[in-house]
Amino acid sequence: MNSSKVASYGLFIALAFVFSYVEFLIPIPFTMPGMKLGLANLVIIIAMYGMGIKEALVLSIMRILLVGFTFKDPSSLLFSFAGGLLSWLLMAICKKTKLFSMLGVSIVGGIAHNIGQIIVAIIYVNNTSLLYYLPFLMISGVVSGTLIGILGALTIKRLNKYFDKWNK
Amino acid sequence: MKKNDFYLIGGIIVFILVAFIGLYIFRTEGTMVVVSVNEKELISLPLDEDTTYTIHHDDGQWNTIEIKDGYVSMLDASCPQKICVKHHKIHYSFESIYCNPNEVFLRIVDDTENELDAIAK
Repeated sequence: MNSSKVASYGLFIALAFVFSYVEFLIPIPFTMPGMKLGLANLVIIIAMYGMGIKEALVLSIMRILLVGFTFKDPSSLLFSFAGGLLSWLLMAICKKTKLFSMLGVSIVGGIAHNIGQIIVAIIYVNNTSLLYYLPFLMISGVVSGTLIGILGALTIKRLNKYFDKWNK
Repeated sequence: MKKNDFYLIGGIIVFILVAFIGLYIFRTEGTMVVVSVNEKELISLPLDEDTTYTIHHDDGQWNTIEIKDGYVSMLDASCPQKICVKHHKIHYSFESIYCNPNEVFLRIVDDTENELDAIAK
């Protein structure tokens, strides 16, 4: 791994970390636990398209660990990992199969986040009735996924030069 | 942007609509309110007893819940925007009130369904 790659990893982890923090600061009235803007997912999806699928996984795991120990109760790590990893997995599959453009991949990622977290919640409290809250969470998943997808596509267009260097 | 993206969005919106209609049609009157703080269940209160219950958080914040005539509402809270206080009263199963700053989540459950769960365990 050359030094420019190391620097890029550092930059992207820092960005994802800052975005997670910004999310804590923006007071948007969400009506259910687990509803989020998912700003950090913007960094992950840009990394996935610009750097590669594996790199995005590394970033995602690092971000979850950092944010989990800094701002949240470490017990919430389980929820974050379930959401983050399922989201990464489904986005990677959708990107590999070229089924959707970046917008579709981002929406799949947003909803996968909700599904992952709700699965853990169901196992955690041992109560399947939590599944009924999925439609509410999916609304936020679609809306934030769409926003992140549009923003991501715009950003990637402008960062193409930088990523061309990365992939050399 | 691909055609598939629009099919995806359309499909999800249809799924959400159908799910909401289903939830509305099959909703039942709740029997208990489950109070959870920070994703951990704190207490369950029966809806048929009028009462108020105050949660004091570790950081000095608080939420007061009121149960009256089978309806649950957030009577008052220390959060700045008071969105949870303005939320309409909840009564039917799967209705919920969430106080985001204090991470208090109130959800109505139907006890009969919990019994089914208990049998399944």
